[in-house]
Amino acid sequence: MRIGIFVCHCGSNIEATVNTAAVAKKSLEYPDVVFATDTMYTCSEPGQDSIVEAIKEHQLDGVVVASCSPRMHEATFRRTVQRAGINPYMFEMANIREHVSWIGKDKDANTNKSAELVLLASEKLRNNRPLFPQQFDVTKRVLVIGGGVAGIQAALDCADGGIDVVMVEKTATIGGKMAKLDKTFPTIDCSSCVLSPKTVDVSQNEKITLHAYSEIESISGFVGNFTVKIRKKSTYVDWTLCTGCGSCIEKCPSKKNPDAFNEGIGTTTAINIPYPQAIPKKATIYADVCRKLRDGKCGVCAKVCPTGAIKYDMVDEIIEEQVGAVITATGYDQMDWTQLGEYGAGKLPDVVTGLQYERLLSASGPTEGHIKRPSDGLEPKSVVFIQCVGSRDKSIGRPYCSGFCCMYTAKQAILTKDHVPESQSYVFYMDIRAPGKMYDEFTRRAMEEYGTEYIRGRVSTIQPHIRPDGVVGYMVRGADTLLGQPVEIDADLVVLAVGVEGAQGAAQLAEKLRISYDQYGFFMESHPKLKPVETNTAGVYLAGVCQGVKDIPTSVSQGSAAAAKVMALFSKPKLQSDPQIAFVDIKRCIGCGKCITVCPYQAIKEVSFRGAPKAEVVGTVCQGCGLCNATCPQGAIQVAHFTDNQLLAEVNALCQF
Amino acid sequence: MEVIQLDKARNTNFLKEVEAESGQKLSTCYQCGNCTAGCPGGEFYDRQVSQIMRAAQLGLKEEALGNRSLWLCLACSTCSARCPNEIDVAGVMETLRSMARREGYVNDRPIESFWKAFLDMVSMNGRTFEAGVMADYMLRTGRGWSNLAMAPAALAKGKMPFFPHRIKGRKEVARIFKRYAEKRS
Amino acid sequence: MKLAYYPGCSGEGTSKEYDVSTRAICEALGFTLTDIDDWSCCGSTPGHSLDHALSGALSARNLALASTMEADCVVTPCPSCLSNLKHAKHRMEDPAFKAKVDELLDEPTPALPEPYSVLQVIVEKLSMEEIAAKVKKPLKGLKVACYYGCLMVRPPKVMQFDDYENPMSLDNLLVALGAEVVPFPLKTECCGASLGVVDKEVTSKLSGRILERAKQFGANCVVSACPLCQMNLDLRQSQAEEAMGQKFELPIFYYTQLLGLALGLDDSALMMNKLVVSPHALLKSLDAPAEAVAPEAKAEPKAEDKSDEGAAS
Repeated sequence: MRIGIFVCHCGSNIEATVNTAAVAKKSLEYPDVVFATDTMYTCSEPGQDSIVEAIKEHQLDGVVVASCSPRMHEATFRRTVQRAGINPYMFEMANIREHVSWIGKDKDANTNKSAELVLLASEKLRNNRPLFPQQFDVTKRVLVIGGGVAGIQAALDCADGGIDVVMVEKTATIGGKMAKLDKTFPTIDCSSCVLSPKTVDVSQNEKITLHAYSEIESISGFVGNFTVKIRKKSTYVDWTLCTGCGSCIEKCPSKKNPDAFNEGIGTTTAINIPYPQAIPKKATIYADVCRKLRDGKCGVCAKVCPTGAIKYDMVDEIIEEQVGAVITATGYDQMDWTQLGEYGAGKLPDVVTGLQYERLLSASGPTEGHIKRPSDGLEPKSVVFIQCVGSRDKSIGRPYCSGFCCMYTAKQAILTKDHVPESQSYVFYMDIRAPGKMYDEFTRRAMEEYGTEYIRGRVSTIQPHIRPDGVVGYMVRGADTLLGQPVEIDADLVVLAVGVEGAQGAAQLAEKLRISYDQYGFFMESHPKLKPVETNTAGVYLAGVCQGVKDIPTSVSQGSAAAAKVMALFSKPKLQSDPQIAFVDIKRCIGCGKCITVCPYQAIKEVSFRGAPKAEVVGTVCQGCGLCNATCPQGAIQVAHFTDNQLLAEVNALCQF
Repeated sequence: MEVIQLDKARNTNFLKEVEAESGQKLSTCYQCGNCTAGCPGGEFYDRQVSQIMRAAQLGLKEEALGNRSLWLCLACSTCSARCPNEIDVAGVMETLRSMARREGYVNDRPIESFWKAFLDMVSMNGRTFEAGVMADYMLRTGRGWSNLAMAPAALAKGKMPFFPHRIKGRKEVARIFKRYAEKRS
Repeated sequence: MKLAYYPGCSGEGTSKEYDVSTRAICEALGFTLTDIDDWSCCGSTPGHSLDHALSGALSARNLALASTMEADCVVTPCPSCLSNLKHAKHRMEDPAFKAKVDELLDEPTPALPEPYSVLQVIVEKLSMEEIAAKVKKPLKGLKVACYYGCLMVRPPKVMQFDDYENPMSLDNLLVALGAEVVPFPLKTECCGASLGVVDKEVTSKLSGRILERAKQFGANCVVSACPLCQMNLDLRQSQAEEAMGQKFELPIFYYTQLLGLALGLDDSALMMNKLVVSPHALLKSLDAPAEAVAPEAKAEPKAEDKSDEGAAS
C-alpha cells in the first residue's frame, strides 16, 4: 500500500502548539507511508489540490489528513480523494486540533501526541477496504408532527412544492399557541386573523392529510422509508358526519370543566369545539368529564345531533402511513410555575400566566376581550407584570432565557392600557431582551407612549391582603435596583411571564424518532450553527420552539427551512445508503439472536441458512451504531469501516509506545 | 458622592477572603435585587443587600463593611431561600459582619453591645437570663429604656427571673469563650 | 418514643409556658422527654452573628452531651436553638470547620446526633387522624393564623422541614384539633427577632404587619412555635399597635398550649395566664360540645382551582 500524510497548520490553530513539519517527517518512518507534508490550510482549494496532485504523482492509494475533527471536514476530504480516483473510505483523519493543539500548550508533548495519532490513523488505513453505498427509493411524502404555526408553515411549503403531507396534531385543533394569542408584537396585529388563512389553507389543501386529536404511536424505518403508526384518539364523534353546528355544545349539561384552550380560565362543556375558528371545526367529547361516558347517564348530545354523529362506543384507532421524511414542530409548554411558593404556587386566583392573560385580552376568550380578574370580575386598574418567572433561575434548574417574554410583556402592557385607559402597568424586569427588527422600539413605545413603568429588579413575593373596602389586593414586593430600594405595589392583577420548556411528551417523541433532546425537552439540532434544522437522524428535521425558544417570525422561517430541506431530499431520484453498516460473517454466526435483541433500529432479522438460524442485517435500516458488534459472543457481526481488526490495529499502534 | 476610581479602589484580596470564608461564589450574582426585594430589614438599612453584594463583587471593602445594614440583618435567610443563583446571601452578610467586627468597622455599637452582653452572660453562667442581659446592655449603652415599658408586663407574668440559672459546666463554657478570645486576639 | 430534650434558655424565663406545655403534651402523646443533663446556651443570634465556630462550639457541647444519652432523637421546642444546633451539625460535616470548633472545646466532638423540633417529631411520628382521635375538646370557634416565623423552615437545606414558602404542618395540626385556619400569606415573614431590644421600631413594624394581616384575614388568634416570635407578637403587641395605629387584641398562643387544650389537659399544664394579651375571653367562648372532627378537612387558602390541565390534552 502507498500512503500519503498531510499535516495541517490550520493557520496558527495547530501550528502554534504543534511542530507539524516534525510530525510529517516522523510519519515517513511509518509502514507503507511514501509521502508526507505539512500544509497551511489543507481544507482550502490549493490544499485539496495538493492532495490530488500528490495522489497522482506518488501513486497513493490511501490518504491521512491530520487536522481538525472529522465532524468538520471528513466529508470534504472524502470527496477530494474521490476526485483523484481513490475510494472515499480509503481515507482517514487524525484530529490534532480539538484533541491536541487546542487543549495543550506543551509543544513537544503536542508534537509527540500528534505523531502518534497520525500513526494510529495510518495503521487503521492499512486495514481499510473500499466501500460502496447502496441506492434505494424514496417515499415522497412528509410527516409533520405538530400543527402550530411552524408546522403549518412547513406543511404548506411542502404542499406547495408538490409533496404529500401528513400532519399529526395532538389536540383537537391546529393553530398551536399562536391561536391563543390576542395580538402579536411588534405590529399589534390580530394573531388569529393572520393565522387563520393558513389554518384554513391546511384544511383545504388537497396535498395535506390532517390527523387532529392524534399522536405518534411509533416510527420505524429510515430516511426515505419511514413507517409511522398514528393513534387517532377517540373523539366519540364521527367527524365525517359532524358539521360543527354546535347544538351538542349548547345542550351539554356538564358545563363546569376547566377550559384547556382558555388555559384554565373559565369553564367549558364536556363536548366542545375549542374556539370559533378551530380547524377542523368538529366536536370532541372529553371522556373524563362526560356524564354519559363516566356514569352512563345522559346522552343529550346524541339526542340533539342532527346528523347522528355521536358515537359513545368509539375507540382509539391506529392507522399506518408511509413517509420519506419527518418534520417535528411540537412547540413548547410553560414550565410548572406552581412550584414557586413565593408567587402563590398557583393558588392565588388573580396571579395569572402570560398565556392566561392572552385569553383574558382575546375577544374569543372567556371574558370576550374585557379584562376582568378571575376571582371577582373586577376590571384591574393596577397590573403588575413579572418577567423571568422560571427563566434565568438556576435555583430551580432553569438557567436559560425564554426569549420572547420581554416582547410579549411589552405588548400586553400596551394592550392593557388600550383596554383600560385609566390603568397603570408595571413591569419588573432584569434585562430587556429585544434584539429583533423593530423590537427595541416597541418596548420604548410601551414606556414612552403607554406609560408602562419598568422597574429593574426581581419580585421576591406576592402576598394577598384585604383593602379597607374589602377588596383583595396583591402586595407585590420587589426591588428597584436602580434606585437601590425595596418597592411595593398593591396590584389588582399580577401577570407572570412564565418560562418555557419543550412540549409535554417531547422526550417520549424524541425516543420514538431516535433524535437527541436536552434536559428541558428541547430537541437537539445536528450542528448549533450550520445545521440548525437537521437532527442526527437522517430524514428528521426540526421547526419552531421544539428546537429552542424563538418567536413567531423565527418559527415560521424555520418551518420554511425544514420544508426546503425535505424538498432537497426528495429532489433526488434515489438516495444512497451509508456503507458503514453491520454485516454478518455467516460462518461464525451461531444464531444466538443477541444482536437482534440489542439492535435499537430493528435492523437485524433471523434467517434460516441450511436449517440453522443466522442473523441478517437489513442494510437500509442499519445505522451502524455497533451495539450488535459489541454484543456478539462470536465476533461474527462486524461494522464496515469499524471492524474489530481495524480498531485493534489502532490500539496496537498506540500500545507499542 | 464621589467618583470611585474603580481600577484603584478594587481590593481583589478582600473579594477572595469573602468568597473563601462564606463559601459562596460572588460572580454568580447577577444583581436581580431579589434579596433586597424580600429583606424584612431593608426599610431600616442604609445600604441594601444587593448593593452590599455588588460592593463585595467589585472588591470595594469600605462600601461592603462600613454600613449599618450588616448589623440590622435579621438572619431570616429569606434572601438565601429565594436567590435565583443559589447564593447563601445571608451567609455572605454574616461573613461580612464577622469581618467588619474583626477589622474595626462596627457600625452599630448598641447592637454589638447587646450581643456582647448576651454572650458575657452565657460565658459567666452557661445560660442566659433576660433581666441580666437587659441590665448589662442598658448599663453599657445607656439605651434600651423602651424595653422597660415591657418589663412590668413581663414581671407580672413571672417571665423575668432575677437570678440566672448557673449550670455545673459553666467553667467548661467559659473556656470556650476564653479560647475564642485568645484565637481572635 | 424517647426524646433527649434541649429546653433552651427562654424556657426558664420568657417562654415558661412553652416549656411547660411542651412537656405536658409530649407526655400526653406518648413521648418521653429527658433533659440533656447540664445543657448550656446555644449562643443564639449573638453567637452565630459574631462567629460560626463559636456558635458551633456552644451547640456542639450540647449535642455531644445528648449523644451519650439513650434516646431515639434530640429535640428542642425553640426554632432559634434548633437552627443553631442544626447548623453546627451541618457545618461540622466539613472537617476544616470541625477542627476550628474542636480547638475551642475541651475535647474533640464525637459524631453528633441530628436535632429536630418537637413540632416535626409530632407531625411526622403521628398522623393527623391519630391526633384528631385524641381530641377531647375540639377548638371550635378558634380562627387561627398559623405563624411559623423564619427559622423553622429556613434555610431549607439545613432545616429540612415542611414547605419553606407555604408550610402547612401547624395548619394541618390545628385543623385536626378542630380549629378553623385562616389563609395567612405572612406565615414565614420575619417578626424582627431580637432587634426589638435595640431598635423597637424594627420589631414594632414587622410584627405589626404580621398582626394586621392576620386580623384582615379574620383570625381571632395567632399560633406560634417560637419563643422570640411569640414575645414580639404578644409582649410587644402594644408597641406594634402603636406603630400601626390600630388595636389588634390578638392572643398569641404557643401551638403546644392549644394542642394541650384540645387534649383536655389541665390549665396548670398550659399556663394560659402567662400570655400578655389575655386569651380568656376567647377561650371562654369555646364551649362547643366534644364531637369528632373530620381529619380529612385540609387547611388550604381559599382559591379557585386554576390548574391549566383542562379537559383536552
